[in-house]
Parts: sequence; C-alpha cells; structure tokens
Amino acid sequence: MTDSVDVLIVGAGASGAAVAWSLAETRMRIVCLEQGDWMNPLEYPSTGRDWEARGFGDMSISPNRRGRETDYPVNDANSPISVANFNAVGGSTILYAGHFPRFHPSDFRVKTLDGVADDWPIDYQTLEPFYAENDRMMGTSGLAGDPAYPPKESVMPPVPLGRAGEAIAKGFNELGWHWWPSDTAIATEAYDGRDKCINLGACSSGCAQGAKASTDITYWPHAVRAGVEVRTRCRVREIAVNGQGMASGVVYFDRDGVEHFQPAEVVIVACNGVGTPRLLLNSTSGRFPDGIANTSGLVGRNLMFHPYASIQGVFDEPLDGYQGPGVCIWSQEFYETDPNRDFVRGYTYEINRGRGPVATALAGMFSDRIPFGDGHHDAYRQLFKRIAGMVGICEDLPEEHNTVTLDPELTDGHGIPAPRIDYTLSENSRRMLDHAVARATEVLEAAGAKDVITEAPIGVGGWHLMGTARMGIDPERSVVNEWGRSHDVRNLFIVDGSIFVTSAGVNPTRTIQALALYIADSMKNRLANLFD
Amino acid sequence: MADTIASDDPFSGDERRTLLALVGAVIPASAKHAVPGADDPAIAADIVATARPYHETIAAALSHLESMAMQRFDTGYADLDPVSRARLARELTRSRFAGVGTLVTITAQCYYRDDRVMQSLGMDARPPFPQGFDVPQGDWSLLDPVRRRGRIYKIP
Repeated sequence: MTDSVDVLIVGAGASGAAVAWSLAETRMRIVCLEQGDWMNPLEYPSTGRDWEARGFGDMSISPNRRGRETDYPVNDANSPISVANFNAVGGSTILYAGHFPRFHPSDFRVKTLDGVADDWPIDYQTLEPFYAENDRMMGTSGLAGDPAYPPKESVMPPVPLGRAGEAIAKGFNELGWHWWPSDTAIATEAYDGRDKCINLGACSSGCAQGAKASTDITYWPHAVRAGVEVRTRCRVREIAVNGQGMASGVVYFDRDGVEHFQPAEVVIVACNGVGTPRLLLNSTSGRFPDGIANTSGLVGRNLMFHPYASIQGVFDEPLDGYQGPGVCIWSQEFYETDPNRDFVRGYTYEINRGRGPVATALAGMFSDRIPFGDGHHDAYRQLFKRIAGMVGICEDLPEEHNTVTLDPELTDGHGIPAPRIDYTLSENSRRMLDHAVARATEVLEAAGAKDVITEAPIGVGGWHLMGTARMGIDPERSVVNEWGRSHDVRNLFIVDGSIFVTSAGVNPTRTIQALALYIADSMKNRLANLFD
Repeated sequence: MADTIASDDPFSGDERRTLLALVGAVIPASAKHAVPGADDPAIAADIVATARPYHETIAAALSHLESMAMQRFDTGYADLDPVSRARLARELTRSRFAGVGTLVTITAQCYYRDDRVMQSLGMDARPPFPQGFDVPQGDWSLLDPVRRRGRIYKIP
C-alpha cells in the first residue's frame, strides 16, 4: 500500500499532460502513471542514416509492429483500419505529424444540422478559451484569417509553403477551392525552451530538434516543476472501487513487474479511445461486473477512426521530397454537409509535402511504377522528390457495432487482457472516401500532376481513436457527463478522445487537449462539491 | 550499419547466394547513374544484417524462389540471366508470398541509405539532424483569391 494521492492520472499523453498541468495550480498531490518511458530526442530516427527504416521498426506507428516492452498488443484483425499509437511520456504526440486543426462550430451540432449521430453537450464557444490556452502551451503555428473558421489567433507564423505547397495551392486556386496554411503544433520560432523547426522532415518518428509539440517537452516540464509526479513504466491493470461505489485507486505493475495498489481520491483516465475502454472493461467488480462506469453498456462502443484517403500526384519538377515538415496546407472546401452530395458531413484535406528516398522506392516498386531490374533507376528518378499530394480525413459517424472489447486470448507482457477491435467501414464513409479521391485527383491534375497514386482507406491509418466512452447528459446514452465525470462513479473522470460524441473531419489532438483543460477547469470550479 | 560476424548469420551459404541474386535482380547496378547494385558487398552486408530477425520467413521465400527456378528453367535461381531473375522476383512479390515483401522493403531501406546512392540522387550523405534542410517560403500571394472569397464555415 502506498500513500494516498489526491489525483491519480492514468496516461501521460496529450490529455494526461494537459489535465495534470491545469490541476497543478490547486497544489493537490497529483501522480501520473505512464506505462512508457521518457523519450530521449537524441535517439530519434532523424539523428541516424536509418531514419526511414526505423519508421518501419522500433518507431513504427503500429504497436504490434513496434512490439516494445512498453506497448500492449492490439487485435485489429477484424478491422480494415489498424490502430496507430505510441506509449511514452507524450503518448502519441511523439509520433503525430503535428497537423493541428480545431473542430468547427457545426461539429458540435450534427444531429441538429444533419439529423445524424448526436449533438455534443457543449459547444465551440465553451471550448474556445481552452483552445486558446492550449495553443499557448503547445505553441501553435499558423496564419490568422482562415475563412473556414471563426476568428482565431496564431502564436507563431506558419510553416513554409515550400515547392510542394505552392504547386498544390495553385491547383486549388485553379478550381476556386479553399486552402489555407495549416495550423501546426510545430514551432517556427524559438518558443518556451524549444528550438525552431529546421525542416528535418521526420516529424512522424519523433522530432530530434524539439520543434514539434509533443507533451513531454511542452506541458510536462511545467507540470513537473509545479509538483506533479510522473511514474514511468507503470502499467495500470484496473481501477478499484470501494463499498460506496467510488474509485478507491488503481492496481498497477511497476517496471520490475511488482504489483502495487495506489489509493487516490480522484482517478482521471487519459488513455485515449482504445486504452481507456480497455482499462474500464478490465476493471470489473461485484458492483460493476461489466466494467467500471459501464452501466450504460456503451464503454467500448461507437469506436470512430477517421477513414483516410491518400491521393498523391507525380509531378515533372522536383518538389520538397523528404525536406520540411510533412504538413503544410489544408483545404476544407468539402467540410460542411452539402445536400447535393451522396453523404453527410465532410472531410479535410491535409496536404503532404513529399516522401523520403525509401518511401519513394517502396511506393514505386509496390505499385509497379518502378520495375525490378533494368529500368529501376530511370523510373525511380521520375518519382524521387516529385511525389506530393494529400490525405482526406473523413468524418466517421458513431455506430454502436464498432467496438473495443477485451480479447479472450491476447494479453500484454503483464498478462492483462489486450483490446480487440471490431470495425466496419460505413457506406457514408465509403462514399466520402470516393468523393475525396475524385476531388483530390482534380486538384492534383490542375496542379500539373501527370500521374496519381491513391489508397482508400489507408489500412495502417488508425491514428485517431475516439468515441468509446462518450460524453452526454443522459446516463443511459453516455458514459461521462458534460464535464467529463463518470455518470456511475463520481470521482472518476475521463479526459481523452474516448469522450468524443462525434469525430468531426479533422485531426483530434487539439480538441482532446482543449477538452482536458475544460474538464480540469470544471473540476477546479467545483472543488468544494466535486462529488455531489 | 552492417556489423555482423559470420557465426551470427542465420542465412546458410545457399540462402545467402539466392538472397544476393534476388536483391541484385531487384536493384541492379547502373553505369549510367554511377550507382552500385543492391548486391554490392557493403549494401548486401547491410541487407543481410537487417534481415536477420526475419530469417525464417525470408528463407521460406528464397526456398520457394529456388523451386520456381528449378521448375521453370531447370536451374538454380542465381544461375538465371538477370531478366529472368527480375521477372521471377516480381512474380513472387505480386503473389504476396510471405517474406518477399519484407525482403524487398529491407533492400530499399539499405540501398537508399548508401553514400554512393544518396550522392547520385543529389542528397547529402548524412542524417537529417542536426543540420536540417532549407525549404523556401513559397508565394504567399497565392492566398489572395481565397481571402477574397470570404467565409465558408457554418454557424449552427
């Protein structure tokens, strides 16, 4: 038995870091348990010649491929999209690209606007100050004035357009369609102890420069200085409950495999859309035989990815290739619902700058654009630094049959049941993907591309994990209330992507963090009667 | 990169011979571009070292390749002419035979980090960090028509 703490946070990623930092000013005793390690940026792939190869190995986005001791396996065989994540202080922000859009006002009102899914119990205006606070903490770059958004400021100037951004922007202009410099979580100036971006190009396998805002170098140093304790290599097995039906603490394994019980007054879960339902479902008791906080039966249901379409053009002239942040501009021309289309809701185009030499070879060889044997080198040179394009990030609507459950056989290194994913691509998503591929092809051709390479959905593209412990006012139709507290357990909170009611058509991290700050603020405002 | 001693190498002599013939068929040397093939000793050593953890599936693929060569040409794979070797390699890759995709991926990973190859592509033979790269800002006036069009988001 260890001394009780006031607040116990499970997970040190995007949301765990934000909620820890915000609550630190209360001077409560706060401990965060993280199954991964602190990362050493000098060991990131971009410091070595094998930087691309490591993206397929120990720094892969797939936990199953990485197979680090700090990872847990995921059975996603019954899903056309496999799970991507990372387990460390910083969580998946270690590997994300740093594309950092906000939700739109319409995203919180899809039932009202389009008659699908549900409205959120909060709105854009509620989150707006927390978006701004998060922007300051993460250090966002961008350009104010985007006509696809309500007014918002940017902390730093945008990342460069570069040759690729310029070429594709011309394509959008040719068609009269929207584009704008992406908001990014990449420092374009020295900021809060971080160096500015020097265009390493390997953002998605960790930023050795420290320009990309992973939370191990943004929120955590501030939170730790304010007294929050982070315990690494601590894997939580279950949340325990007492006779009053309150969370009493957690059972976890330390780095030596020794089991501990950590008592806590408040437990906050921040393990995102797969890790969170896995932990809740593993936390069974006489009072909660189907998992803690699961009276609604919705824990693990309504899993949303963002089905991604990849549309890449081959150009005559050399562009940026592997140089520069992968992200540069976005388009939200097809974001809002249009009744003239055969699907509801919409998507964002995230424009990709280019590929490295290895990725170019693989794309060419596996699509028969680069032959084996004679002709390899000539064909390769027709693609190297000449591929640029975009991905379409499609809004995924919640469906109860898309689930995270516990696998009956697969376990992690501590014998804890691993998650199993059962997911089907909806007809709405399929139509949206088709639309995204067709319109992007038009853009690339207008930009001068002579060939277009497509993939939809991207099979390895389960970067965004949402909806499996949804937020709502009705306890029968949601897992947490409108400020993140479990309907069933009054000292249990969830602050990550699992509480999303809908997914929007944008990368979720900025909204996950704004929600975590909003929930922390709600807790601080109710400290005297938090459990009422 | 390649730091293997013979006793660490799980590939038998025959497997290694087939493997080198295969990677050399996938990416041959080119006098025109002044680059070695993937069967160049330094690159091949890197490939063999990198492939070590995947020996079992790759060895099965190499064995299958040998069977294909014997069946079609009545000779070993390494003794085929370069065109036939490339054709069989492509056929096996398209069939998604386990281990072939892995070997082709490793071949590309090791080949395109070789100094000579990088230099022939106009790259500096170095990792991205710490020097980084220069990327031009681009023409921001391209935003003018987007600004003129005005607001496109919905207010619920």
